[in-house]
Amino acid sequence: MALIALFVLSLAFLMAYGLFVRSRPVLAGRGFLDLLVSTAWHPSQGQFGLGGFILGTLWVTAIAMLIAVPLSLPTALFLSEYASRRFKEFARPVVDVLAGISPVVYGVWGVLVIVPLVRDWVMPFLSSHLPFFPFASENFTGFSALAGGIVLAVMVLPIMISVMEEVLRAIPFEIREASLAVGATKWQTTRKVVLRKAWPGVIAAIILGFSRATGETMAVLMVAGCALQVTPRSVFDPAYPLPALIANTYGEMMSVPLYDAAVLLAALVLLLLTVLFNAAGWGILVRVERGQG
Amino acid sequence: MSSRSHIRVENLSVWYGSHRALSDITLSIPDRKITAIIGPSGCGKTTLLKSFNRLIDLQDGIRVEGRILVDDEDIYAPGTDVTLLRKKMGLLFQRPQVLPMSIFENVAYGLRIHGQNEKKRLSETVEHYLKMAGVWNEVKDRLHAPAARLSIGQQQRLCLARGLAVEPEVILGDEPTSALDPVSAERIEQRFLELKKDYTIVLVTHILRQARRLADYVAFVYFGELVEHGPAAEVFANPKDPRMQAYISGTFIETDGEAT
Amino acid sequence: MRVQKRLVEEWFFRVVMLGATGLVMGTLGLILATVFVKGFRALSLEMLFRTPQGGYYIGGGGGIANAIAGSLVLGVGATALALLVSLPLVFYLNVYLRRKSRLAFLVRFALDVLWGIPSIVYGAFGFTLMVAFGLRASLLAGTVTVALLIVPIMARSMDEVFKMVPPELAEASYAVGSTRWETSVKVVLRQAFPGLLAAVLIAFGRGIGDAASVLFTASFTDSLPYSLFKPVATLPLAIFFQLGTPFPEVQERGYASALVLTLIVLAVSILARWLTRRVTRHSR
Repeated sequence: MALIALFVLSLAFLMAYGLFVRSRPVLAGRGFLDLLVSTAWHPSQGQFGLGGFILGTLWVTAIAMLIAVPLSLPTALFLSEYASRRFKEFARPVVDVLAGISPVVYGVWGVLVIVPLVRDWVMPFLSSHLPFFPFASENFTGFSALAGGIVLAVMVLPIMISVMEEVLRAIPFEIREASLAVGATKWQTTRKVVLRKAWPGVIAAIILGFSRATGETMAVLMVAGCALQVTPRSVFDPAYPLPALIANTYGEMMSVPLYDAAVLLAALVLLLLTVLFNAAGWGILVRVERGQG
Repeated sequence: MSSRSHIRVENLSVWYGSHRALSDITLSIPDRKITAIIGPSGCGKTTLLKSFNRLIDLQDGIRVEGRILVDDEDIYAPGTDVTLLRKKMGLLFQRPQVLPMSIFENVAYGLRIHGQNEKKRLSETVEHYLKMAGVWNEVKDRLHAPAARLSIGQQQRLCLARGLAVEPEVILGDEPTSALDPVSAERIEQRFLELKKDYTIVLVTHILRQARRLADYVAFVYFGELVEHGPAAEVFANPKDPRMQAYISGTFIETDGEAT
Repeated sequence: MRVQKRLVEEWFFRVVMLGATGLVMGTLGLILATVFVKGFRALSLEMLFRTPQGGYYIGGGGGIANAIAGSLVLGVGATALALLVSLPLVFYLNVYLRRKSRLAFLVRFALDVLWGIPSIVYGAFGFTLMVAFGLRASLLAGTVTVALLIVPIMARSMDEVFKMVPPELAEASYAVGSTRWETSVKVVLRQAFPGLLAAVLIAFGRGIGDAASVLFTASFTDSLPYSLFKPVATLPLAIFFQLGTPFPEVQERGYASALVLTLIVLAVSILARWLTRRVTRHSR
């Protein structure tokens, strides 16, 4: 059994190593940083700049977080501080189910509901009223960074809500009583005492959500447009995030030399990014937990 | 001229769901005296105490019958401003509950939430009440350090200062010294004896000696019922109820809720 | 009569919180409604039980039996593999190691980090393993990859279950002189069993729903699974491919496939939740 523990401990390293080995060919002669920054992606000419895809990931993830954070925190606060026991029993399964839905199904929903929403309602409205960055765009299909961001936001909500809620729950009840006992209102207590104690955990939840958002593949692929050679300059432009690149090139990978190495490099970048964020997020939570005890 | 009884409890019953925590309690808490609520653990003492500032409202499934009159007004009447009521009542918890802020901000907390934000006034008030709580000298050089760094005895006195800063009329204490070392406990007790000149004090305690030391008036709560109450001297010297007698003499043993 | 600012504040934020919560809950409702409404129409027995006939993706006849069967086989296989790894590991963490042990902490931290690694990365890693071992895209490769993906999910859930089992239970068993092994198996396992089952189910649900991990490693096929070394069809990919065609009838079938997948996942979720309740049944 100790062997299994050892295996688990080393798996992330094994993964990084494996991906690194296979992506070495494309790194030879090209700097790692160059590949990250350059947006020139012409595999047939041997150019494998991942910059455009990293930008695409950033656009989609940023939109997702801008939507998800203002939704998840009030929801977590409501569930933890205000909701009755019965409501909580109803709400928890809802969050669980949201977490369990297959990403492809989210993609289907995105295509059926969100893309038309963006195409027929959001874009016409915003483009005419705010014809400047980041809203002006030539892309009228609805398959856009915004659509990707919205779908991603919903996918990321469950983990953020549950981590935030756990953090809030861990705060001893008496401290709220102490605040109320001097005559504070519930909201004053929530804002000045509970949130004050909880905010590192809230940050951790956001970091974990961000990490999850950068890695999501299928749903975003289906709604974000994935147009090559287009660097998004608007929320309505198509975006091509890194995971989508990896998924899309399946089938073409072996046909062009170094293509597979480049794709695996992209996977490696994704791995490093998410491990970094996850370690940071969980690290904060561990310290919060230690502080409570 | 102040009324003789500050808080009057009339036929108070409290249920947590289907469990009846307090049964038909009628009691008067005298003004500017120390009243001790004593009795075996889990019998409703804390429920009674927290019903005075309506903190029991926070429990799920709570039901209250009867009236509690503070300054002749029923605090359970619909439309009562609960936050103002709680301002009238300071509460000390068994384990000191310092807020996650600096020492200064802990005491200033009550003032800020009621709208007082002027720096000078706050400074003066904080200093005044830290002195009243008997902890000023120990903290005056580090007012902006986190309150969590204080010793537990200092924390409890800080909580006292915090409670006093909103100028309550009543101080409630839920076993306020049981988590403290004897020296700190004694200091808090000293504070209470001095504060009773200006405040009505109600203490829940399971330490009989503490009740003997401090109380002017005693109420014995046994499994949600008010079994005996009266001036401390009388009650301790001549307890009328056999359960009270057993409790006082230390022969009280809990077995499935019946005293032996 | 002065309206207190803080009461207005209280009311305002209550509305904000309620609104956010409502929006979140409502979104789930919207998703489920969309999937049910769109998918129900195209759902038919033929869809469920026939494999794709010629030209399925351009409008021909047949169904997704290949994907349903493939997903189930792969899912069960991956879950079994993950179980072989997770269960001993979690026992080790909770029964043999003391709670505060450094190794336990590191392993749990590693599991948390692994949990957050995107499934596409697991897929890419699976691909590198395949190449290293000379395997082709197959049921085997897909199963192993998905197993790796769901080990952290399963192990974490199981760990939570063990934490729910009151320690007094184990202590009481020691007190009558049993060895560690007897204690762990008989007493704790019995108490934790429903929760462990729930953890397995949750992991299964995540496993069959994932497309990115099987994209490279299991490929796709029109036939029912018949060999470990041949590609296998999975529901998520079937949905994806059906939606990718320009033919509305095929897309409709895609919605129906999405409905099937969602129903499976919902059933698993509900069952898991019910089982989790039973773990705490006998504790205080």
